[in-house]
Amino acid sequence: MSRKLNLRERYQRMTRDLAWEPSYQSKSDIYPQMEFEGIKIEDWDKWEDPFRLTMDSYWKYQAEKERKLYSIIDAFAQNNGHMNVTDARYVNALKLFLTGVSPLEYAAHRGFAMVGRQFPGAGAQVACQMQSIDELRHVQTQIHTISHYNKYFNGFHDFRHMHDRVWYLSVPKSFFDDAMSAGPFEFITAISFSFEYVLTNLLFMPFMSGAAFNGDMATVTFGFSAQSDESRHMTLGLEVIKFMAEQHPDNIPIIQKWIDKWFWRGYRLLTLVGMMMDYMLPKKVMSWREAWEIYFEQNGGALFEDMARYGLRMPKYWEQTIEGKDHITHQAWGIFYNYTHAAAFHTWMPDNEEMDWLSAKYPDSFDQYYRPRFEHWREQAEAGNRFYNPTLPMLCQTCQIPMGFTEPGDPTTIGFRASDFEGNRYHFCSDGCKDIFDNEPQKFCQAWMPVHQIYQGNCGGATVPDVLDWYHLNFGVDNFDYAQSPDRQHWQQWKGEAAEESDAPDEAA
Amino acid sequence: MAVKAITPDYKGEALDGVDNFHGNIMFHVNWEKHLMFCAPLAFAMPPDAPFSTLLEETLPTAYGYHPDWKKVDWSKVEWTLDHEPFDPKPDASLEENGIVHRSLLRFTVPGAEGIADSGS
Amino acid sequence: MADAKNMVYLALQNNEDARPIIEAIEEDNPHAEINHFPAMVKIDAVGKLIVRRKTVEEKIGREWDPQEIHISLVSLSGNVIEDDDEFGVERDN
Repeated sequence: MSRKLNLRERYQRMTRDLAWEPSYQSKSDIYPQMEFEGIKIEDWDKWEDPFRLTMDSYWKYQAEKERKLYSIIDAFAQNNGHMNVTDARYVNALKLFLTGVSPLEYAAHRGFAMVGRQFPGAGAQVACQMQSIDELRHVQTQIHTISHYNKYFNGFHDFRHMHDRVWYLSVPKSFFDDAMSAGPFEFITAISFSFEYVLTNLLFMPFMSGAAFNGDMATVTFGFSAQSDESRHMTLGLEVIKFMAEQHPDNIPIIQKWIDKWFWRGYRLLTLVGMMMDYMLPKKVMSWREAWEIYFEQNGGALFEDMARYGLRMPKYWEQTIEGKDHITHQAWGIFYNYTHAAAFHTWMPDNEEMDWLSAKYPDSFDQYYRPRFEHWREQAEAGNRFYNPTLPMLCQTCQIPMGFTEPGDPTTIGFRASDFEGNRYHFCSDGCKDIFDNEPQKFCQAWMPVHQIYQGNCGGATVPDVLDWYHLNFGVDNFDYAQSPDRQHWQQWKGEAAEESDAPDEAA
Repeated sequence: MAVKAITPDYKGEALDGVDNFHGNIMFHVNWEKHLMFCAPLAFAMPPDAPFSTLLEETLPTAYGYHPDWKKVDWSKVEWTLDHEPFDPKPDASLEENGIVHRSLLRFTVPGAEGIADSGS
Repeated sequence: MADAKNMVYLALQNNEDARPIIEAIEEDNPHAEINHFPAMVKIDAVGKLIVRRKTVEEKIGREWDPQEIHISLVSLSGNVIEDDDEFGVERDN
């Protein structure tokens, strides 16, 4: 008598049971990237599928998510939803998102397709293939959603071109290029575990809650739509680590090195998000310091206690992030304030209320180290002498961020580290970044460093306007302070607000 | 330690060797305790440029915005070059002073601790 | 303490699709703690959280596939357990 297959059986028949042992080609020819990283897998059948989604279910539920999303986006566009954001300053967070984060979703799509092809286990293949399509969906939803803002605000028009060229965008770009040019096991540890499990809340929550608090229904919507896939991604990340750790003890030190590396790279990348939370949201959600305490110190602490059973420990230099949480966002905002003439989004100095919020949230650092320079900058800007740094900055070879981070224990002194490799010197912002270079110098000596490339004459020319042109940045429109920006003028017109005193055009840098 | 690669003895092509800078060297300068300048600076200059060019033109342009700049007296400034104490010879070239591609110069102006002495 | 090591959670969107699911969870998991955040509901528990198909079906008056929860899921923590009749998370350290 026939009966319907249950979920477990359906899943087994339509995934694992479709795999086969090759009979006339060797496994190492079919899967050539399985050995070189040193990871040893004895039995792919021990992989436990985090979810049991067959293709029919996958497409059904993903299609439902898409239908819901796009009807909301249509309503948003039809009702001029962009007018409901708290303030046009908020939109600059979206500029950073579209140029910096969305291309990473596309890179993740490619990366998961690549590793899905390279892993021999059917369970791993299925999970990676689904994630690859998820990530493609994410980037497309982001592009579609944010395209509405492109009609009304500046800086969105050539995000793909900018991602590959603009100085601050090499920070996220190099993060994913590093992962994609790594082997499949490192890629999946870096992205599925370190990024999508350990650190995911520190990317999702700031942008999406920031959107919710600031009236950006569109971003909230694509955020939730993507987030529903993230649960699958998170569980994949955890399964990957468990699987590799359980397959062979020799894997443990390799995994630990990757955890150390990708925690530090992720931490540095998230500086941009922390800065966004503390400085770019007219209505604040919480401070970076609070977010780090909840989502890393508490949650992450519990996670690594769990991982201890495998012989894995907290990532190296995690203690520095505890001290760093009081500083990195202010330092990052300072970097972007210095170089707003070369950025495709606007910056500004916080007003008194915002400075008081920062004082309250950062009682150990803000008033002592950062308020003095911010108040000075604000005074100067009001006097028509807005500061723009005329010289290119020194970059860290690994994270590629301008070297604005200070020595642990001394927030008034820049942290310097260096290494020599094959006759060249390389500079780093921290022990974490130096260690990453020292472990793989042949990789990181090849980094395309924006400042160095400008000085080599590879970025359109010798002057700042030449370089900005090469970026496809519209001079006087996309860049400079929010105060004199066309974005602000338009916002005031649409809202029927009166222009204020300090609107006189500034000296161009 | 070496990178793990699918081709044995993998070698990467370093992009920032001095030969790629069209006769210039790229080096770095940091004015200590003046974090209003968010990071150390990067300059590309010919190695035979006199050090005095830095003092008279390059650094004033780079740092002149700061109210502390008027406190700068080059005879009192303390320098390090690649973390060693450094006593620059203004009339000699960068190269003759030991400044090479990727060198790091740091200088402190006694009595200047930044905006409100906050290190800014 | 053993409890802290065995925390699990389900976070769902706070919308009409998720409402019967959240109610079903409350009914079937008396040990669960429900917390409301902007646009999201986070449900914490020690050890295990289960969403039962039958309970949800009673509430919505139609057949319901536990995998429909994917549409409303925001985040989760714990080892996923699922079959035709339920979807859940558990942890047993």
